[in-house]
Amino acid sequence: MMLSAQTESDGIMMSKNNFCGGLAYTYSYWDHYWEGTFRRNNANIGTVRTSSITAMGAYGVNDRLNILFSLPYIKTSSTAGTLKGQKGIQDLNLYLKWLAFRKNVDPSGYSIFVVLGGSTRTSDYAADFLPMSIGLKSSTLSARLIGDYQIKDFFVTVSGSYIYRFNIKIDRPAYYTDKMIYSNEVFMPDVFSSKLGLGYRKGDLILEGVVDNMNTLDGFDIRKNDMPFPSNKMEMTRAGINLKVPVINGLSIIANSFYTIQGRNVGQSLSGSIGALYIFNLKKTNT
Amino acid sequence: MKKIVLIIFLAVSTVLFDSCSKEVISVSDNQTGLDPSQTDTDAKNWKPVLLSAPNEFAIDAPSPVTSPDYVAELNEILGWQDNLTNEQIESIDYWKAGGVLRWNEILRELVAKYNLPPYQNADGNYPVPSAANPFSYPQFPFSNPPYAARAYAYVSAAQYDALIAASYYKSQYKRESPGKVNSNIKLLVPESQVKNYAYPSEEAVISGVTIEILKLLFPTEIAYIQQKGYEHNLSRLMAGASTRSDLAAGEKLGKLVASKFVVRARNDRAGQAGGNADLWSSLAQKAIAKGETPWISQESPLRPPMLPRFGVVKGFLMDSISVINGRPVAPPSTNSEEFKKDVEEVLWYSEHETKERYKLVDFWADGAGTYTPPGHWNAIACESFANQKFSEVRWARNLALLNMAMMDAAICCWDAKYTFFTPRPCQVNPKIKTTTGLPNFPSYTSGHSTFSGAAATVLSHIIPAKANDFNNFANEASLSRLYGAIHYKRDCDVGLKMGKAIGEKAVSRAMADGAE
Repeated sequence: MMLSAQTESDGIMMSKNNFCGGLAYTYSYWDHYWEGTFRRNNANIGTVRTSSITAMGAYGVNDRLNILFSLPYIKTSSTAGTLKGQKGIQDLNLYLKWLAFRKNVDPSGYSIFVVLGGSTRTSDYAADFLPMSIGLKSSTLSARLIGDYQIKDFFVTVSGSYIYRFNIKIDRPAYYTDKMIYSNEVFMPDVFSSKLGLGYRKGDLILEGVVDNMNTLDGFDIRKNDMPFPSNKMEMTRAGINLKVPVINGLSIIANSFYTIQGRNVGQSLSGSIGALYIFNLKKTNT
Repeated sequence: MKKIVLIIFLAVSTVLFDSCSKEVISVSDNQTGLDPSQTDTDAKNWKPVLLSAPNEFAIDAPSPVTSPDYVAELNEILGWQDNLTNEQIESIDYWKAGGVLRWNEILRELVAKYNLPPYQNADGNYPVPSAANPFSYPQFPFSNPPYAARAYAYVSAAQYDALIAASYYKSQYKRESPGKVNSNIKLLVPESQVKNYAYPSEEAVISGVTIEILKLLFPTEIAYIQQKGYEHNLSRLMAGASTRSDLAAGEKLGKLVASKFVVRARNDRAGQAGGNADLWSSLAQKAIAKGETPWISQESPLRPPMLPRFGVVKGFLMDSISVINGRPVAPPSTNSEEFKKDVEEVLWYSEHETKERYKLVDFWADGAGTYTPPGHWNAIACESFANQKFSEVRWARNLALLNMAMMDAAICCWDAKYTFFTPRPCQVNPKIKTTTGLPNFPSYTSGHSTFSGAAATVLSHIIPAKANDFNNFANEASLSRLYGAIHYKRDCDVGLKMGKAIGEKAVSRAMADGAE
């Protein structure tokens, strides 16, 4: 499952020399999941719960180029069955966000952003222990194109991202997908993800309705009563809301909630997240 | 700044469009051809498993190499070789690694494909796969570890007997390989593969015998298996290693030998190993009557125990009396202090997970959807055999010894499991959480340990130089079940010991079968 960074897919930029840092707590759970396209529950897992704390930040190199990062600590557990929950620091995500185009024709504005990103694991967690694994272990490179249109205080953001995923190694010398593979290396299909946001934006206040989709471009289905596997064909469409509320100078509260409305080889999760962001001005001083 | 972004963008794009490099190569894909250092022409004198004599089944004499029929067969090979496609060359290269190896890999694949516990009905009962109706869900079979152990044993033992018979007819009829009769025929496999006469074709014997056994064991895969057999035989024709009559005789001989094993398999009591509701409840009642905590399925809905009557299946190396005589001592009572200590020890491992231990747990998980522990040991064996330059018949003999030992290990282990009906650690203490799937059968003794003790003992006899590696593997496999918190250490230790004793029976056979 992918964790959306707070700002790599939105239509906002940090100004030059500003750094925005924060922490967010996320809780998500599911008791139904899709085994291929078959939606079911499983009394031997019960409800799978994932909680995480994510450190994140964004820095304005200049008004047109931002650097963003996020790093979550994740903990999983289940309410039934014998499988042991897992915990650990997961993957570091880094993005370069470039404002490629902006045109303001009062009262509207158009922007196009290009975001290049990458991620890699920061701890040696087990990927081959789904659904309790905290991640898939795969390093990624990604390219996202974002279009943003604002008219008065209302906006539409559309984006699409291609995520190249590097193969992973598991601890087993062979595994079955839709055929036998006699290797510990796992082919990780790439992912396309897209997002549509619609909302109200005034100053630092943002209220946004979101539909997003992730689609693994290859991979195989979980067979009936089999365990999930990192290279499954995972698909997921979520609907949710994003909220950013300025509190006092520089400090904002962020919150979001998402529900998976359609999926394949993933859990039907409901998630909620709350966090705080603070903007510092790191203007160069000659010391 | 724009330049930097552009450079990064180009770098990312290069990686993105170079995604071919993600193709995963299987360890055996680049196998060089089987290149036996000894032809083992005396295999006709080796001791078969079921055949009463190497010539129990008759094979007609081939037509002379000067006959018009044979000349036509040579012309067919020349025709194939005149116009080989890349795909055909790939097929020749794939199969030249050896039929015993390739069919073992195919069998492991089938085991993994069918090793899934059935999904429950709406009423909470579990449907049972039916050999009489194999295509309806759940498809037949559920190739769990005992089923798999038996499948590997039948296939390997039947291949071994069939190759002994082939050896007999090869030296009786002494037909040369096609390239020796017509020098225009190129040999596209190592010369050593055709040293020991061509009729009947060893490779066709292997596919013929294997297909017949697999028809019984994996009835929904007959179309797939036949296609593989067709490719296997055709590859030998195209490679210039066999003519059509060499292949036909091999296939016929393979089928005849298989028939003997199929009759045995139909009557080895494996079909009744699932038991019934009366048996399941009587097992629990017996334990309760002795004042013990009985094993209870930890699955929801409650799943019947896996193959409770597998302990009475007819083994290849041991009869039922010796299974009972070899039964391990009873584990400590579930009410005893000793048992509590055993549980505490598992809890400690559950609460003190480490990366190193987890790697072993996952490496040896071999649970649902895998080729099972016996399959894992077949993989280890095949990798070890690959550079030993064995002949096909020696490959088959070695795998037969390994797999007969592991089938008997399954029988003895399942006998112990349902004699003692010991609860799993997490049944006794729900605080115990596992890092691998919990098998749905009693704890004592550990199946992994029993299989591994038997396998390491047999393989150490076959390749003594690697004995340390095999024994380390067995110890790790055994302990991984404690680390995963699904077994008491006692299950592992006793299982390993039991397994070794069973392995020794295969070693005794090996020392007397004429191959050493």
